[in-house]
Amino acid sequence: MDHVQLARSLFGSSMAFHIIFATLGVGLPMMIIAAEVLFQLRKDSDYATMARRWTKGFAILLGVAIPSGTIVGVMLALLWPGFMEIVGQVISLPFQIEIWAFFLEALFMSIYVYAADRLSPWMRIVSVIFVAVGATGSAVLITDAHAWMNTPRGFTIADGKITDVHPWAAVFNPSFFNTALHVSLSGYMTGAFAIASIAAWKLLSRNREPRETAYHRKGLMLALVIGGVMSLATALNGHSTAQMLHEYEPEKLAAAEGLFETQAYAPLAIGGIVDKESREIKGAIEIPGALSFLAGNRFDTVVKGLNEFPVENWPPLFVHTLFNLMVMLGSLLIVISFGALFYRWRKKQPLPGWMLRVLVLTGPMSLIGIETGWIFSCSARQPWTIYHIQRTAEAATSSQNLGTLFILFIGLYVMLMCITILVLWHYFKRNPVHAELALKHEGA
Amino acid sequence: MSDSSLGILLIWIFVFAYSILGSIDFGAGFWSMVFAGRQGSTAADIANRYLSPTWKVTNVFLVLLVVAFVGFFPFAMPMLSSLLVVPVCLVLLLLALRSTFMVYSQMSANYVAQLRIVSGVTGLLIPGLLITVLPVTLGGFVELRAGHLQVLTEKLLTSRTLYAHLGFGIASELFLSSVFLADYARESEDRQAYGIYRSIAMTIGPLTLLTGMLAAVAMNPEAQWIVERMKAQWIWFALSALFFVAGYSALWWRGRSGWTGVPRAAVVLVIIQYAMASFGYGSAHLPYLIYPHMTVEQGFTNHAMFVSLLAGYSVSTLVLVPVFIWFWLLFLKDKRYLKP
Repeated sequence: MDHVQLARSLFGSSMAFHIIFATLGVGLPMMIIAAEVLFQLRKDSDYATMARRWTKGFAILLGVAIPSGTIVGVMLALLWPGFMEIVGQVISLPFQIEIWAFFLEALFMSIYVYAADRLSPWMRIVSVIFVAVGATGSAVLITDAHAWMNTPRGFTIADGKITDVHPWAAVFNPSFFNTALHVSLSGYMTGAFAIASIAAWKLLSRNREPRETAYHRKGLMLALVIGGVMSLATALNGHSTAQMLHEYEPEKLAAAEGLFETQAYAPLAIGGIVDKESREIKGAIEIPGALSFLAGNRFDTVVKGLNEFPVENWPPLFVHTLFNLMVMLGSLLIVISFGALFYRWRKKQPLPGWMLRVLVLTGPMSLIGIETGWIFSCSARQPWTIYHIQRTAEAATSSQNLGTLFILFIGLYVMLMCITILVLWHYFKRNPVHAELALKHEGA
Repeated sequence: MSDSSLGILLIWIFVFAYSILGSIDFGAGFWSMVFAGRQGSTAADIANRYLSPTWKVTNVFLVLLVVAFVGFFPFAMPMLSSLLVVPVCLVLLLLALRSTFMVYSQMSANYVAQLRIVSGVTGLLIPGLLITVLPVTLGGFVELRAGHLQVLTEKLLTSRTLYAHLGFGIASELFLSSVFLADYARESEDRQAYGIYRSIAMTIGPLTLLTGMLAAVAMNPEAQWIVERMKAQWIWFALSALFFVAGYSALWWRGRSGWTGVPRAAVVLVIIQYAMASFGYGSAHLPYLIYPHMTVEQGFTNHAMFVSLLAGYSVSTLVLVPVFIWFWLLFLKDKRYLKP
């Protein structure tokens, strides 16, 4: 591997690791707010127990999210100095404002966790709302920088010199709102399905007390309602994201769909392998006209194909598979969650075992969906770091000795992943929910 | 004041804020490890009580520093990144170990001892590594090869400058954190922990002065230029020494209700001591970011960006100050938290 590839691998694996914790860090506070509010509304102490236990889990995950976020933030500056040179001139505002969102989250998280017993219920909800505002704010602002890389605005460039800078025009670049919404909604969805997975898992295990069953059923229902709504909203917003690609980044859409010929009534290709040599997609199921309709709401919309662009500017063609995977997982999550809710609504019975087993998969499915989505969005922008402005090779550091660092960091991530799972597992094993519920019961 | 001077002044403030907060944070982690096993001693509890709610906030200051630097000095990034990628990545690695293991040790009763050792030792190494960034920016250990700056690793690793800086960094960390924890113990009215941290501060205090002078002397001959310029700024260093003497003596001042020493005064005076010295050092460093390859002016961003960054910092500071005050009252003042 040359040093550009090494820089990409090091940064990419750091991002992939961070995204897991960052996404759960956006989603879980939403669930905690929901539980806190339901507790105040229904005066059902189970919801208070949920909020407390989820906060414990969230605190452990945040303990990984913060250092991994620090790694990604600092590495961005070190590995992509050419990129940062332009960032610093045009789009440093979201990075800077993100810091203050980060402060908000860190301050209120400590207040919510370590001062909980000294706060009124009302102040507790306010604190956790600010934690969520900080978490979502960070995600939105970092996504802003990512959106700007896809649709760079707010400056003029000639001979590598940047002039006529309008920082706010860069912040409100055309893809900002859509992309930020996509990231936030899918984050809330992931937080909810992570909870759904655990609750479904617990409901499958034998020898539970009735109190515990009731507790997990409430948690599962809450997670399914939020997860279902958010997955549907993510899909709807994903549709407008695709239309945005059609307008601003046609080669990205073409690569996502494996489309070579520019055409009206363009088909939507599901599955299959995109072949660079023969310039066609092999083994895909094609829905005639669907891509044109998705791109412009009309079947006669002309969708640009890859042949319009020089080959050296093509994104890698495997992104078609990533795109398919993301869309498929998202659609499955909608079907599963609404299916389970519908069953519960019609039959008024506990969910059957097979359905619980499927629900256990929703958390991992969301996380894989998030990962494929991010990898798709960043890979399909290649060979550009800043679309049509800066190539990835021009952005990378000239430093040659990244190989050892790459190995060290992969080792770190594997280790942290294992220990985090162990610590979470140990913690909740030592503090089982039935003990906490029994305590509450005696208190009442 | 020109745009770029204001920019570098802000960066200096952020560097200074992080070096103080970071020293206290990493130092507290270290003391928490040292006193962890002691039966009947509350010194470790005091350190942990401070650390638990604050470490996340301290960590944000590190990110703030990097982001602010990129925002104000984007043109310095290509040069700096090739110099710093290896040492800073190592710091990041240690930092990740330190923070995660600290959180793990709070959650898991089984491996507290091992987890604390990792987070304590890394907490000692990180500030030492961070301060070695300074000699790299001084020239002498940097060479232009094929258009790219490279660190002469071997020369750096065998130089006394590096080790003098390392010693100074670690001594400062331990001194600042022990003075601060003495004050925190005083606020918690814990006489036993106060006694421990006060006597540590009394032992290490003179060492910081000594290693600080050593770092300046050891700078010859690699960075003769900054020694000359520091001599021209002697007044700041003299003031710094004065504030050290005052702050150090505050450990013996007669306090209220029979306490020996006024640690709050010591903390404030010692922070001023470091502010004076680092201001003197910073002024001597000007106009160079990396001697002699990059000046502050060459690295600076455009005017439009600068103005919106300033606006952003002003608004967000106004928003956050009340939260910081509330945070302070909850965790550094409230007796219900300090004396559970």
